[in-house]
Amino acid sequence: MNVTVCVKRVPDTETRVRIDGTGIETTGVKFIVSPYDEFAVEAALRTKEAAGDGAVSLLSLGDASTAESLRAGLAMGADSALLLTADVGLDGLATAKALANELQGSDDALILFGVKAADDDQQQVGPMVATLLNRPCVTGVASFEVQGDMAVCHREVEGGVEVIEVDLPAVLTITKGEYEPRYASLKGIMAAKRKPLEEKEATSVPERLRVDRLSEPPARAAGRIVGEGPDAVPELLRLLREEANAL
Amino acid sequence: MDLTPEQQSIRDAVQKLCVPFDDDYWLERDRSEEFPFDFHRAIADGGWLGIAMPEQYGGGGLGVTEAALMMHTVANSAGAMSAASAIHINIFGPHAIVVFGTDEQKQRWLPPLIRGETKSCFGVTEADAGLDTTSIATTARRTDEGYEIHGKKVWTSTAQEADKIMLLARTTPKEECERHTDGMTLFYTDLDRDYCDVTTIPKMGRASVDSCEVFVDGLPVPAEDRVGEEGQGFACLLHSLNPERILIAAEAIGIGRNALARATEYAKTRVVFDRPIGQNQAIQHPLAQSWMELEAAWMMTMRAASLYDSGEPCGLEANAAKYLAGEAGFQACTRAVMTHGGMGYAKEFHVERLLREVMIARLAPVSPELILCHIAEKALGLPKSY
Ligand SMILES: Cc1cc2nc3c(=O)[nH]c(=O)nc-3n(C[C@H](O)[C@H](O)[C@H](O)COP(=O)(O)OP(=O)(O)OC[C@H]3O[C@@H](n4cnc5c(N)ncnc54)[C@H](O)[C@@H]3O)c2cc1C
Repeated sequence: MNVTVCVKRVPDTETRVRIDGTGIETTGVKFIVSPYDEFAVEAALRTKEAAGDGAVSLLSLGDASTAESLRAGLAMGADSALLLTADVGLDGLATAKALANELQGSDDALILFGVKAADDDQQQVGPMVATLLNRPCVTGVASFEVQGDMAVCHREVEGGVEVIEVDLPAVLTITKGEYEPRYASLKGIMAAKRKPLEEKEATSVPERLRVDRLSEPPARAAGRIVGEGPDAVPELLRLLREEANAL
Repeated sequence: MDLTPEQQSIRDAVQKLCVPFDDDYWLERDRSEEFPFDFHRAIADGGWLGIAMPEQYGGGGLGVTEAALMMHTVANSAGAMSAASAIHINIFGPHAIVVFGTDEQKQRWLPPLIRGETKSCFGVTEADAGLDTTSIATTARRTDEGYEIHGKKVWTSTAQEADKIMLLARTTPKEECERHTDGMTLFYTDLDRDYCDVTTIPKMGRASVDSCEVFVDGLPVPAEDRVGEEGQGFACLLHSLNPERILIAAEAIGIGRNALARATEYAKTRVVFDRPIGQNQAIQHPLAQSWMELEAAWMMTMRAASLYDSGEPCGLEANAAKYLAGEAGFQACTRAVMTHGGMGYAKEFHVERLLREVMIARLAPVSPELILCHIAEKALGLPKSY
């Protein structure tokens, strides 16, 4: 069972973000594999282990430093990695096209994505790649298992679990669910140095989305004390209803 | 001094591995005095015990630099010295085996150690010899099958859990030796409870990782459990002393940085006299001083490690690193307690635990006084004082 996982390099989710005109200040910022993509890598490794054969390949579109993130995935246990070098912007479709161009020839039964990138949060690239490749797509998959030519996917919905069966080859986007990513072992880190990590330029796809300006959200106003004790309740209710529209 | 990507992945992976073993876990161990078996298992399962062991025996084949980085990360976690000491001996202890052991011995001993199936302890210190190691009184007498050992060791850490002991004993009385460092022999053998009585020493901190008195009464040791040549035990041991100093230094800095981070956070959030206490220079300056001391100690530690890994002499640097780190770590923990005011004395703020544990890095394996003696003699050429 061969699985490709698309991963994105993002600023550590614990970073204190500072705005720099149209982007964020990157000096001194630690970059990591987007946490949702790590769930996808974990899911891919478990799928391969359950099948008893196959390979897990990583694919990323990013700048040269993305190689480090791919090594981290190789250290977790993926077998090979390909970095498509490009300046990546916010245009999900441009990213999806660049990835799809590479994946066009792939006959891997599964292509996995994180449900969203931890930086731009757009949830676009997975479904777009599926559409471009003309493959079925299930999003927000909390767990799945492969049964013959099919993947049985579980999605967590309000008050229950939705079960979707999808024909392979398919594209799935993975959410946390039960895929707590494994730690890289020392062996994994050592072995990662010797695993193939190929780099090539991405086919150029023009970005059609431009960021004009990025600014900090306004500072939060201080809270307001309405009154004290039971006497304050009516006024609080009125404010919640009329000003906050919370009731 | 920048970390390579591989070193960064080592740090990140060890950091992640330590996360589930949080403040509560270690505080509970501090109370119950139970050995952290599950932490030891997690480290062993990740292959980390073999980080500096040769690859052909299942190790990582990396240097003391990487081992120090790993131990710094472990000690920087909530587990502090307890976490570090639970595995420390297995990281540098087998070094004498790597350097002086035969292929057969390495094959027999290293793989189970690296897999965490056997645990070892290190029996060098004796009550009546102290830092004057050459005055040890434990003796190994030749028998038909090998040796028979009598004597007593003190402070042997993890002896309660250990299956194996690295034991230094005299095979020739000191008086009969040309040099007092001659006539000692190193053994790595089963810590057989039929011949060894192990008693835990009640102590100040690091409660979950025991240190013990070990009474050895006629322990039979087969000849194939001798490491290196008879009479060359001290020389064999010397090889692992510098790496151990480097690791202890890294651990002390890890604990100090943990304490400093907690103190800084508290200084930012604790408001007294209508301002965060960290706005007062009397609180800021000692913390700033600790930052500098810890950074400087870290540079010395990395310098010593890199000299060692490139096969250069590193005795001065390893000793200096251990001294600077021990003092800097201790200062940082003391200041962290003081910054917390009364809360610094409360267990739930953890800094008092760090202070009790960091003390070990000052005391052992060699005292700050003896390091100063060594530096005075070897770096400055002053007369030997001890
Ligand atoms: C928690 C803990 C764990 C340990 N684990 C181990 C272990 O696993 N295995 C092991 O073998 N040992 C272990 N040790 C022992 C440790 O290495 C020794 O305690 C240390 O080497 C000091 O020896 P000592 O206690 O006999 O001190 P002593 O030699 O009695 O020294 C006492 C004091 O006198 C000073 N002093 C002595 N001579 C001189 C001199 N000439 N000039 C100036 N000052 C001097 C020393 O600096 C020190 O301050 C451990 C110790 C501790 C506290």
